[in-house]
Amino acid sequence: MTETPIISVDDLAVHFPIGGGLFAPKLLVQAVEGVSLDIPQGSFFGLVGESGSGKTTLGRALLRAAPVARGRIAYDDGEVAYDVAALSKAALKDYRKRAQLIFQDPYAALSPRMTVRDIIAEPLEVMGLTRTREETDRRVREIAAKCRLNLEHLRRFPHAFSGGQRQRISIARALVSSPRFVVADEAVAALDVSIQADVLNLLNALKKELGLTILFISHDLSVVAHICDHVAVMYLGRLVESAPTRELFDKPRHPYTKALLSAIPSLDPDRERTAQKLEGEIPSPTNPPPGCKFQTRCPHAVELCRTHEPRLEQTGTEHAVACHRWKELAERPAPA
Amino acid sequence: MAELTQPHATTETEAERRRKEKYFTASQAQLIWARFKKNRSAMVAGTVLAVMVLMGLFAPFLSPYDPTIAGRDMEYRNGAPQIPKFCDQQGCSLRPFLHEVERKLNTATLRWETQINPDERRYVQFFVEGWTYRLGAIGLDVPGETFDFETRGVAFNTHLFGIEEGGIHLFGTDESGKDIFSRTLHAIYTSLAVGTIGVFIAFVLALIIGGVSGYYGGWIDSCIQMVTDAVRTIPVIPLFMALAAFVPDTWSAETRFFFIATLLGLIGWPTLARRVRTHLLSERSQEYVLAAQLCGAPARHIIRRHLLPSFTSYIIVDLVISFPYMVLSETALSFIGLGLKDPVNSLGVMLQNVSKADVLLNYQWYFIPVIFFIALVLAFVYVGDGLRDAADPYSNVKR
Amino acid sequence: MSLLEVQNLTLEFDTDEGRITAVDDVSFAIRPGEVMGLVGESGSGKSVTAKALMRLNPDNAVYAPRSRITLNLDDGPVDVLGLRTPRQMRVVRGDAVSMIFQEPMASFAPAISIGDQMVEQLQLHRGMSARAARDLSIEMLERVGISDAAKRFRQYAFELSGGMRQRAMIAMALSTKPRLLIADEPTTALDVTIQAQVIDLMKDLVAEFGMAIVFITHDLGVIAETADRVAVMYLGRLVEYGPVREVIRNPAHPYTQGLLKALPDLGDLDAELTPVPGDIPSPLERPAGCVFHTRCPKFMPGRCDAAIPEMTRVDGEHVAACFAVEDRLVSA
Repeated sequence: MTETPIISVDDLAVHFPIGGGLFAPKLLVQAVEGVSLDIPQGSFFGLVGESGSGKTTLGRALLRAAPVARGRIAYDDGEVAYDVAALSKAALKDYRKRAQLIFQDPYAALSPRMTVRDIIAEPLEVMGLTRTREETDRRVREIAAKCRLNLEHLRRFPHAFSGGQRQRISIARALVSSPRFVVADEAVAALDVSIQADVLNLLNALKKELGLTILFISHDLSVVAHICDHVAVMYLGRLVESAPTRELFDKPRHPYTKALLSAIPSLDPDRERTAQKLEGEIPSPTNPPPGCKFQTRCPHAVELCRTHEPRLEQTGTEHAVACHRWKELAERPAPA
Repeated sequence: MAELTQPHATTETEAERRRKEKYFTASQAQLIWARFKKNRSAMVAGTVLAVMVLMGLFAPFLSPYDPTIAGRDMEYRNGAPQIPKFCDQQGCSLRPFLHEVERKLNTATLRWETQINPDERRYVQFFVEGWTYRLGAIGLDVPGETFDFETRGVAFNTHLFGIEEGGIHLFGTDESGKDIFSRTLHAIYTSLAVGTIGVFIAFVLALIIGGVSGYYGGWIDSCIQMVTDAVRTIPVIPLFMALAAFVPDTWSAETRFFFIATLLGLIGWPTLARRVRTHLLSERSQEYVLAAQLCGAPARHIIRRHLLPSFTSYIIVDLVISFPYMVLSETALSFIGLGLKDPVNSLGVMLQNVSKADVLLNYQWYFIPVIFFIALVLAFVYVGDGLRDAADPYSNVKR
Repeated sequence: MSLLEVQNLTLEFDTDEGRITAVDDVSFAIRPGEVMGLVGESGSGKSVTAKALMRLNPDNAVYAPRSRITLNLDDGPVDVLGLRTPRQMRVVRGDAVSMIFQEPMASFAPAISIGDQMVEQLQLHRGMSARAARDLSIEMLERVGISDAAKRFRQYAFELSGGMRQRAMIAMALSTKPRLLIADEPTTALDVTIQAQVIDLMKDLVAEFGMAIVFITHDLGVIAETADRVAVMYLGRLVEYGPVREVIRNPAHPYTQGLLKALPDLGDLDAELTPVPGDIPSPLERPAGCVFHTRCPKFMPGRCDAAIPEMTRVDGEHVAACFAVEDRLVSA
């Protein structure tokens, strides 16, 4: 592991216009607003949030698949460094080899009209990484074996495979160009529980074997807790808390993180849910509330929260939180 | 992990394994065909359609008479269908035959009266020589000389069947003595040809317009959609009436034919274009397209590798489904007298002949082409439906 | 007496690829006022089973002759599979049994306001007057925690957020006062914080209305929080069944054990995630014998792939269908 983060995001904003035809007025959605974070090289970085939190958009922005309205994304894998938001055409081509995406839905992400071999080979052909068909075949077989795919099945079409196998095909496609940085967007959310663990373990093994850095986007805190070494929590386009996994789960600082943790159904039938329960729902990103974005649902909101947006502050080593009242809440004993 | 499921599965036979592997490695076209084959009504319709198309293509060979005025039978005008028989009072014969007919004009009613002479047999002959036709003769004769061209083709005069003496009119004859059977076959050909040209023009326009609209989206899409909608609002019948008035009488039958076909194509594209666009829009946002884009794939690659293949099955289905509408439009136009006119044989023209009270009362065999017309349109519709159901091989696979 | 009895339910689908067994010889019973969890992964047949209770399966579904579903109502038992006409089926479609779905958007007609739909079904099933139905509907909407219920009453499904829609759906399902509520993955499409709200709401409503619930989900955590008893299904077969505490604390079937080990547990972050090896076989390739034997760590060749294990009593009401469990009980 090196000291420089592989991805360093500074004050990133992604805005989407919605509606807006020839005559309709345009609305601007602040999908991501003012996000700063560092992803250390070689880490398994979790990004958690509910629907509408902007986590997917942030992931896509890092891959240059979403329009960056403001801010900087710096990429540095030790060999090359890029300013991702302002890549030249040639640099973008190279960056595509180094940063890839794994999709959520293993059904939609594979073209039903291509064989598994062709699907995995597509990035190689598009990027011009191989010269001959034999070389392509060799690399496809190499990565397919690493992703524990049956090599005899490469001639098959995706319709022959179950969800878990498809997701492994999807992973093989993302990794065939030997990227350094991979965004896994809800990569296990569509899978069955008994298969999910298998894909997670595979991702972890591949990360170690190939020296990847993975940004793991998920809505499922318990999955993230198990596989990631660092977790960032998003709410309504803002980063609200970021900390090493253990620290975050032991000492959550932001009221939203606490609520998220307590909302996870426990396997223990006798455990009574004691912690605070959130009222209401996540506001629409087209019409975010003023001040702290969480104030409409926060049990601890005060006047300051309704007028001023909190900035991300360091609370300890590597632990940052965006809350006006985190200190006084931390001093107060947790409700029993 | 897939191999972990293998060890215990020993009971499978080799044949079963191969059958499964075949299913797993089946391409989309193969899956579509496999599903289409299981749809019985579509298969029946497909057979009917194939027979009709062949009948249309080989119309000259199959027809014993020239369907134009040159081939009329002066002796047997408005004659009833003659069905070949194998047996009569004199016994049976392997070769089908007809009885000799004599017709007299009844001076009181002014109608032809037919007298069958059961003693005289006339045998049906096969592969007889008859009127001369050309295969591969294509000609275009539009006003002006620039676009005219003609190929001579090869002349033949062999026909599937004929009769030694007198006439054989399976479906009877019309008032000028033309053989309705021969006319029907040629009419199928004409109607299919009009449909093909119409669909082709509509399809090319739809692909270009819908494709641009769907792939680029945004304001281009909005503008094109407005134009499309505008075209769709043009009332068809008044337009055709205006155009029919514009078509000069001096135009040849072929010119009229091309004019009608082109017109149908120019009117028919918006629906197809809209479907192309919708399909492109939904396909463009598929995750596997995004995956290709994230590899830096250029638009050319995405169109060729993902969008066009995703399309072909739908496009074929759309073509088959829109075909009967072309045939119907041609028929409707000809029927109301705006399209092709009598010397040309098209199903619409044949239908128009049926609309007289005299026919209804006395010459019901004029209706036989109607049956062919209905069968043709129905066959197209069923094949189209079957293809559409089959084209989505993932529709009833449970996730 | 149990409210609902399912006996030897076997259900196959006629498809292009041949007959697919979706549910295979499943029996269970639900008592009044109890929440039964039905857990399983994709292809387990949990949703098909639930739909069979309301006869909602498509026309290509073939019920085996031995299958029985009996609904014991106050005015005598109803043979659910014997219902023929839509009129007869009304008793399991809204009268005594209601259903809530994973995607509430799909179960509201898009062009009719939520209130009108609620009123319509109350008039149909309860024979209420329009005015009484309207009052009850608004009351129900308030009861499920929808603020400003009179206004929401006039709104359309697309105007509500996901959580609100699910609440409205619950209000609609409960307004006819069914004896049995079937909830098919009611919280799966929701965010965790909203899921927690909906689960709490459903628990309160059970206590208040006293109806029985069949709660279908793939999430054992949700089951642990809501259900009294749980039935675990795999590839159309019931593999384990019992009180939720028992099943989660002492899972007897290797599949249930595997599922629990595969679940990430927040209590122990260092624990390895242990997947159940292999993939769920496609329904076209149903394994012979015990359906789980292709992935089972306790697989006994010649036995598990030859015969189907019977349901064996583990302890009290806790049963499991596994030869290993049988052996253990015999040796004990």
